[in-house]
Amino acid sequence: MSNEIEQEIQQESEHREISVAEFFEKNKHLLGFENAQKSIITVVKEAVDNSLDACEEDEILPELHVLIDEYDDKKCRVEIRDNAIGLDRETIPKVFGKLLYGSKFHKLQQSRGQQGIGISASAMYAQLTTGEPVTVYSKQKGEPCHKFIVRIDTEKNEPEILEDEKIDPESDEFPGDKDYYFDHGTTIEMNIEAKYTKGHHSIRNYLKHTAVMNPYARIVLREPDGNKIEYPRVSKTLPEKPGEIKPHLHGVELGVVMRMVDNSNARTISSFLQKEFTRVGRTSAEEILEKAEIDDGRRPNTLDKDEIEQILKAAQNTKLQSPPTDCLSPIGEDLVLKGLKKELNPEFTTAITRKPTVYKGNPFQIEVGLAWGGDIEQEGSFDELRFANKVPLLYKKSSCVTTKAIEEVDWSRYNISQTGNRPQGPLYILVHIASVWVPFTSEGKEAVANYDPIRKEMKLALQEAGRKLGRYIKRKERAEIQEKKKRMLTSYAKEMGPAIAQLAGEGDPEEIENQIQKMVKADYNPEQL
Amino acid sequence: MPKKDFENDEQTVDRLTHLGQKIKNQLKDPEEENLTIETKVRSKSNVNYDKDEGRLSLGDRYSTRKFLNISHARKFMQTLMVASKTKEFVNEGRTASIRELYYQLKHTVPGLDENTFEDQDESDGVVVDIETATGAIREDLHLIAEAKGSLFGPVTINDSGDEINCMKMGTSGLNIPSIVDHYEFVECEADFILVVETNAMVNRLVEEDFHKDHNAIILGTKGQPARGARRLINKMHNELDLPVYVFTDGDPWGYYIYSVLKSGSMSLAFQSDRLATPDAKLIGMTMQDIEEYDLHHVTENLKGKPEGSGGPTKDYKRIHDVMDYDWMQKEQWQKQFQKMLDMGVRVEQQALAANSLEFVANEYLPQKIEEKKFLD
Repeated sequence: MSNEIEQEIQQESEHREISVAEFFEKNKHLLGFENAQKSIITVVKEAVDNSLDACEEDEILPELHVLIDEYDDKKCRVEIRDNAIGLDRETIPKVFGKLLYGSKFHKLQQSRGQQGIGISASAMYAQLTTGEPVTVYSKQKGEPCHKFIVRIDTEKNEPEILEDEKIDPESDEFPGDKDYYFDHGTTIEMNIEAKYTKGHHSIRNYLKHTAVMNPYARIVLREPDGNKIEYPRVSKTLPEKPGEIKPHLHGVELGVVMRMVDNSNARTISSFLQKEFTRVGRTSAEEILEKAEIDDGRRPNTLDKDEIEQILKAAQNTKLQSPPTDCLSPIGEDLVLKGLKKELNPEFTTAITRKPTVYKGNPFQIEVGLAWGGDIEQEGSFDELRFANKVPLLYKKSSCVTTKAIEEVDWSRYNISQTGNRPQGPLYILVHIASVWVPFTSEGKEAVANYDPIRKEMKLALQEAGRKLGRYIKRKERAEIQEKKKRMLTSYAKEMGPAIAQLAGEGDPEEIENQIQKMVKADYNPEQL
Repeated sequence: MPKKDFENDEQTVDRLTHLGQKIKNQLKDPEEENLTIETKVRSKSNVNYDKDEGRLSLGDRYSTRKFLNISHARKFMQTLMVASKTKEFVNEGRTASIRELYYQLKHTVPGLDENTFEDQDESDGVVVDIETATGAIREDLHLIAEAKGSLFGPVTINDSGDEINCMKMGTSGLNIPSIVDHYEFVECEADFILVVETNAMVNRLVEEDFHKDHNAIILGTKGQPARGARRLINKMHNELDLPVYVFTDGDPWGYYIYSVLKSGSMSLAFQSDRLATPDAKLIGMTMQDIEEYDLHHVTENLKGKPEGSGGPTKDYKRIHDVMDYDWMQKEQWQKQFQKMLDMGVRVEQQALAANSLEFVANEYLPQKIEEKKFLD
């Protein structure tokens, strides 16, 4: 969830009465709803991200169904089912009927949802474009299945429950079918204005990227024309759960601290700094306050914006230990390989997971994977698979740090041809950044900012993977040359046998040919040029 | 016709057999991991100009062709195929054209999508390789090329038992074959040999009875002289003791023809002793002729761009190339080329017709010979 947007909605509502509908209309470009083609991707993306996060939270192997039907012109019915733990009866209306309600705002933990805008925005979009409320089914283990039909009261930003009933698992209304029966999980259904497309910016491509990064999930897509695509599960191992981490003073943003001072129950500023931030001890807290010339005796919620800014500035000039990095959850080289193999069926794959490191007080970790040859198209430029916290990034490729890092690598050194500084040929390049705080270039959260430490890590990882791929290609080329040479010489020997016998005036042509063939065989060595 | 046996045949067979034996021994030798053939390097870097002899000769640098080297393998196979086939020709007393040789050997290599020879250039090149590798020349290998060039004049030649009187050849002349080593000169009343670059000029001189009136052997080369013509000029000069005058266009291409006749060519430098005639002199066209015979209005501008203004290209480039050869360093030749560059023109043999058709036969050539006005 975006802190800036939340702040804005708080601020705006303080100044004057503003309906959430008006707010949504004003910010829909930031929320991913600027046109019908993108909106449906955003709706699916929000739901899928949430579902995957929820499954991982409770260590459930995710099973997701995305069902899309077209009705009317430019209208779609979207249904997304998951097998996560499910929501209790009290939470359901809030999650889907109150814009910007979330559980992740105040903790720093690596999760997909961090960059999402909340499923309630989708509900709002549905309501504004088709006038129809959202239907939610949710079932927890051993509990009955609840069905809610919820709309958002746009004046109060409160859920309005239109229907609330229990669904019998045997009834027709129970969200499930032959190949999908669940004991726990959530299903949401909504009607939205949408344009279902195929191609680069499409649900299909979004799910394909998701499948690469989450090979432990099974995802099924049913397209409007009835076509079913299954993204199979190829691993039963979930990546390790990320730990929580407090923010680091060198990387935290002003807005975040402003909210933190309001919510803190610390009695003094010094204890606020020590309690709410990582790597701040008593000595450093006192040093910071001294430099900021702020009296320690006050309660944190008495600090104003300028004073917080002074504290952050002072912290920049104070030496603090780097944050711990055990809070990150990369998917690991093994899963990267599995994901690439199952979705792309390449001839060669390699993956590198770098050690965690830190930019501006924020721990982050880079993973890259290369897939080459096989079913990947031979012609043209490479394809990029960009991920931030396992979520595919489909838009704004050219302003993303991943693209810059790829272009900084000299691919020709790894036997990959290049046009300008872009590699060519049957190649997919996967780049994943895992961080509790991914620096995006804009509120739209579609491209990662070009920070030196991040780009450097990506480049190093790409080079390491590139060397492995280069060695493979070279070995393959050598073997091909040797193979061709052997075939050629074997044939030539057949011409030479009789010629040498005739020229020397003695000897049996066949015997001479055999001698030459022996020599050719001895010379053949696919490992050597 | 009787089958041809040349005096070198025995030696040629020995040389070819030696090559075969060498390969066979390499196969037998367990130490030997590759098959090799040595040939002399035939590029400009291995060509020397012998000032005393006045001829080009091939240096001593060898290149080794290796069968297991992927870029040599095909040529290696081709060399053995051609060598083996020519040995067959020599043994059978047959001669074959280099085109026939190409067709005899051309077929699809079993198991590969390629032919033993894709075009005649490939087999022609291999023939020259075998010449330098074995020391047996093309004629020894019983290989003939297309006849090129014609001959008129008071000389009688015995060719394989038939006597040919070259004075009685009408307007056609003797068609010069590629092999002339077996020619015997029965009778000769000529005073000199006139080598002529263009066929048109040969026709003019024959029509004017130049060969009769001046006891001249007229030998037309039809442009760049073939091996047969060069060998015949060398042979007549040495055996009949006749001076050789070369008559070409006044341009870099014509002067290069003269240079090849006189000193030999780079690609056949290893045969200069048989093909070059160092005593040959150039009778015309010279740059001075343009003034002497008032030919300004019938010159042609040189083609291409001169040095310094985008060049040298085309004619200009050729002038600089020929000017730079070691064997063209005599002052009179440098002057000739410099003048050509300064004037920016070339002059053809036929330009002499500007005066009158018979002018070349009755005045231009006799005058030059009388006054010994030659370039050497």
